[in-house]
Amino acid sequence: MCLAIPAVIVEKKENGLAEVDILGVHRDIALDLTPQAETGDYVLVHAGFAIEVVDQQYAQETLDLIKQFPELAEQE
Amino acid sequence: MTSHASAAFDLDAFKDPALALGLVESINKLAPVEGMTLMEVCGTHTVSIARNGIRDLMPQNTRLASGPGCPVCVTSNKDIDTIIALSRVEGVTIATFGDMTRVPGSTSSLLEEQAQGRSVQIVYSPLDALTLAQENPQQQIVFVGVGFETTTPLVAMAIKRAAALGLENFSVYAVHKNMPGALEVIVNDPRVKIDALILPGHVSTIIGVKPYEFLAKKYGIPGVITGFEPNDILQGVAMLARQLHEGRADIEIAYARAVLPEGNPIARAAIDEVFETCTATWRGLGEIANSGYKIRPEFKQFDAVARFAPEVEPTREPKGCKCGDVLRGAMSPHECPLFRTVCTPENPVGPCMVSSEGSCAAYYRYY
Ligand code: SF4
Repeated sequence: MCLAIPAVIVEKKENGLAEVDILGVHRDIALDLTPQAETGDYVLVHAGFAIEVVDQQYAQETLDLIKQFPELAEQE
Repeated sequence: MTSHASAAFDLDAFKDPALALGLVESINKLAPVEGMTLMEVCGTHTVSIARNGIRDLMPQNTRLASGPGCPVCVTSNKDIDTIIALSRVEGVTIATFGDMTRVPGSTSSLLEEQAQGRSVQIVYSPLDALTLAQENPQQQIVFVGVGFETTTPLVAMAIKRAAALGLENFSVYAVHKNMPGALEVIVNDPRVKIDALILPGHVSTIIGVKPYEFLAKKYGIPGVITGFEPNDILQGVAMLARQLHEGRADIEIAYARAVLPEGNPIARAAIDEVFETCTATWRGLGEIANSGYKIRPEFKQFDAVARFAPEVEPTREPKGCKCGDVLRGAMSPHECPLFRTVCTPENPVGPCMVSSEGSCAAYYRYY
């Protein structure tokens, strides 16, 4: 139930809504909780609301950390 | 789409088997020889762990216990009965997430009520419930507010939107709950013995790190906030194994792309504006102080119970159902005598078999 799916904002609309593309499906969601989100941003969508802007840079940092893990474990 | 949107967002790497292998290797090296018991708190994790066969990748004496993070499952029978009672009020339409309609209450379920002619609508978002109210001014729309901190701010925003629109035919039955109080009950349960916690990704998107810190400081239990792809989960387990290996207890984030240490302050402010905390009754865990949310007096006109004062039947618990022990991680679904024999997804005895995120439903499907 706490499922949330990344989507990209296609167009901001009036009334705090935005059209997003979720894996190719377009629908309107509310930006009430992420008013800073702009067109082109990835947001995490839960039950019709964006709950956070997904940070692609942090995603990369996490992947880098995952790649380093075997070496880190080696050093322990 | 603007150009930077197409800068591909590489989610696939979080499923890459080659990376998974490296993590599994690390877990094997770091896991304490005497074994460890980790609890995945969140039902979405339970499903992802089952679907991706992650239990099979764990070192021999590592146990992954499933926790209480299925909102439908922890909703008490009394609350289910109250929702059913509301559906019986003349002129009311219940708008709710799909899972909720199949949960058996003491003598009925929303689906059975619908078959008797009551009005029940499945919605995907609280915004859909608002639209229903706007399009059906003669009908009273009651939205069932179930869910943890991930969902509570959405419902708060829907109530604020209804207030701004002056909607008089929209209200909410709120049974929202928060996670940290439930975790404190579980880490204090002598039957469970959790060494470390795989913390829920999207609850943490809202609340951040701070509300969990007492688990590390007061109880010495490490926690890692984890995403939902296989490599997210394996990384979370590897980070927990490393903490145990180093004898540390901290709350760390393995899901930085979606969780900031401070959470989402706008969402938390929305919760606080519309709701106040209260004692909540959890299935299996009992009453926990400050673990529930009720609508503040300022928004009382949107409180379905205050509006309709429904007559609720006496509560009866489902006979033989062990959901309570399953939700605490004290029992695996397999150990319930009714599992797969009497209780199946087609004929669920308890909510843990109904909800797609319930442990019993996940184990039925994947193990
Ligand atoms: S298998 Fe069915 S009866 Fe047993 S605990 Fe799960 S939901 Fe309850």
